[in-house]
Amino acid sequence: MTPSFHFADPVRARQLGDAIRILAPAEPFKIVHVCGTHEMAITRNGLRRFLPETVDLLEGPGCPVCVTPASHIDHAIAIAKTGAIVCSFGDMMRVPGSECSLDEARSRGADIRTVLSASDALSLARETNRQVVFFAVGFETTTPMTAAILLEDPPANFSVLASHKQVPQAMAALLDLPENRIGAYLAPGHVSTIIGTEGYQPWLETRHVPIVVGGFEPLDILYAIALILRQHRDRIAKVENGYPRAVAAEGNPVARALLEAVFEPADAAWRGVGTIPGSGYRLRSEFASFDARQRFAVDLPPEQGEIPGCRCPDVLTARAVPLDCPLFSTTCTPLTPVGPCMVGSEGACSIWFRYGGRETL
Amino acid sequence: MTERRITSMHGAGGEVMGKLLSELILPRFAGQSEQPLGLSALDDGAILDLPSTGRIVMTTDSHIVKPIFFPGGDIGTLAAAGTLNDLAVMGARPIALTLAAVIEEGFLFSDLEIILDSLLAQLNRVGATICCGDTKVMPAGELDGIVLNTTGIGVSEHPVSDAAICPGDRILVSGTIGDHGMALLAARSDFHLDTLLESDVIAIWPMIERALLAGGAGIRAMKDPTRGGLAAALNEMARKAGVSLELDEAAIPARDEVRGLSELLGISHLEVANEGKAILVVDPAKAGDVLEALRSHPSGRCAAIIGEATREYPGRVIVGTEVGGRRFLDMPLGDPVPRIC
Repeated sequence: MTPSFHFADPVRARQLGDAIRILAPAEPFKIVHVCGTHEMAITRNGLRRFLPETVDLLEGPGCPVCVTPASHIDHAIAIAKTGAIVCSFGDMMRVPGSECSLDEARSRGADIRTVLSASDALSLARETNRQVVFFAVGFETTTPMTAAILLEDPPANFSVLASHKQVPQAMAALLDLPENRIGAYLAPGHVSTIIGTEGYQPWLETRHVPIVVGGFEPLDILYAIALILRQHRDRIAKVENGYPRAVAAEGNPVARALLEAVFEPADAAWRGVGTIPGSGYRLRSEFASFDARQRFAVDLPPEQGEIPGCRCPDVLTARAVPLDCPLFSTTCTPLTPVGPCMVGSEGACSIWFRYGGRETL
Repeated sequence: MTERRITSMHGAGGEVMGKLLSELILPRFAGQSEQPLGLSALDDGAILDLPSTGRIVMTTDSHIVKPIFFPGGDIGTLAAAGTLNDLAVMGARPIALTLAAVIEEGFLFSDLEIILDSLLAQLNRVGATICCGDTKVMPAGELDGIVLNTTGIGVSEHPVSDAAICPGDRILVSGTIGDHGMALLAARSDFHLDTLLESDVIAIWPMIERALLAGGAGIRAMKDPTRGGLAAALNEMARKAGVSLELDEAAIPARDEVRGLSELLGISHLEVANEGKAILVVDPAKAGDVLEALRSHPSGRCAAIIGEATREYPGRVIVGTEVGGRRFLDMPLGDPVPRIC
């Protein structure tokens, strides 16, 4: 047995389940997490079975692909239409833009390729004379990688269409949405390895909700939930580290230094949420020459608003679960996705569909 | 000296192709046949004797794989084992395969020889022969290396379907799950992964034969969990039989490397191909005997009982998770895509 499988130990899981039940509040209490990997672990391991009836556990805007606004996809397609090669993560390919997805654009002749990392896009640029644009999507976990390749002296035919986002600002913004009674946050382990527990403080310190950083093994998640419920019982609300084997208070200073050397905070549009001040990144002026938005003058189609009947905006803001959507698993499936949460593999709808979260067992 | 390569002439049916057959194919496969008219006759077709008892089982499969040579095997191993195993899980002793090769111009002779040797090794495991074949060459760039089609003929006294399952039957797998799919994912250069993991590709008839001897009619259904892995195969079986298949996740054998890769790539090892494994659904009274028989063969050393058929959710597969949760295990949708984060 490797240590990792220790973290699914059924005896310890039962003990944590008992603790969670003892700590359970009498009133309904909503815990929101913001990470597709958390949702995957929760659903795949059937962890909601451990929660008492009063406790709800929902995925908010945890899927970087899902929260990417249609206008950014439109931008990538418009750039590809100029003859440039656009490189995207595979997950992004089928997410609907205003007129079509990257995948559909590719089938109509645009040269859009999938890559597994930012450095693959850079390697491609070094092998060709054509323009190569990396469509950079992701949270604080992927942003340092984009920064790193821009610091690697990229060739002149390379540029970045940045759509990176910051998680704590979105968590704070969600608290302000009407009728969104969020009791606590289970904070994402991956993002926290970069920003540290300190990364949440400027945004959430005064908001009076418990924030517990959780890992991704079943016991990590149950442990973090127990910590959240203990804070709630004791009427305290602080940032607590439930994943100390991976997350330090100060995060990863090397990665953050890379990130800060290349990017600066900017307002960002989140699909389903709207524009959140300071929640994104733009390239610093020193790197303006690698900014695809500046390099390519393109016309964008008018951005399509909401998709009729699709409740992705509510799912992305933790105001609904996939089962609340009338389209879920009827007209909207991973084969025929209607909204972004069914396309992105980190999206709540896609995870519920794939890992059997669609009915209560 | 430059290496010999396949040219368009090798598929043209003339003297050059004849030389290819006499150099590469016949020395390997012609001597094997005990049939009235086998490969060595190079006639328009093969003549096979009908079995005195039992029924003929037939199956066909075209094989493409990337990379062509992968850890633990190559397209030759796969083309033989894939078809031989389809026969085996029908309860049929494999007798003969046809072999049709479509080869890209420029393909190395030496590579072709390795592939044919791999194919031969699997045939020899089960005592089957190549009874007839075909070779075509396509221009460079119009094909990615080589495509092999094999059609298999087997004989069975009691063919076993994949659907005759009753509630209460036990679900067995013959060994670790996900080895082939994960080994190939790891071998694809774009992942930059370095593992010692190997494909499980192998002809499993010798193991299945032991299980059939031990279980007899108590073996209600068999299937090889190839494309789509355990998840696809079990869902298909549950749907056809109209039963629910309830699994105990902790009992599903898997190598640590496979579990690790599954976590790393975000691709479930239950959804990727196996090429040397079988699912057997067995009468509970016979499950212990069949398990023992499987484990007595090297290919079945890690065999395990992983669950049972129930009436609870007809057509569905349920997993009791290791940690104590419960969820549905659904039919995978298509080719798994690695997660980005």
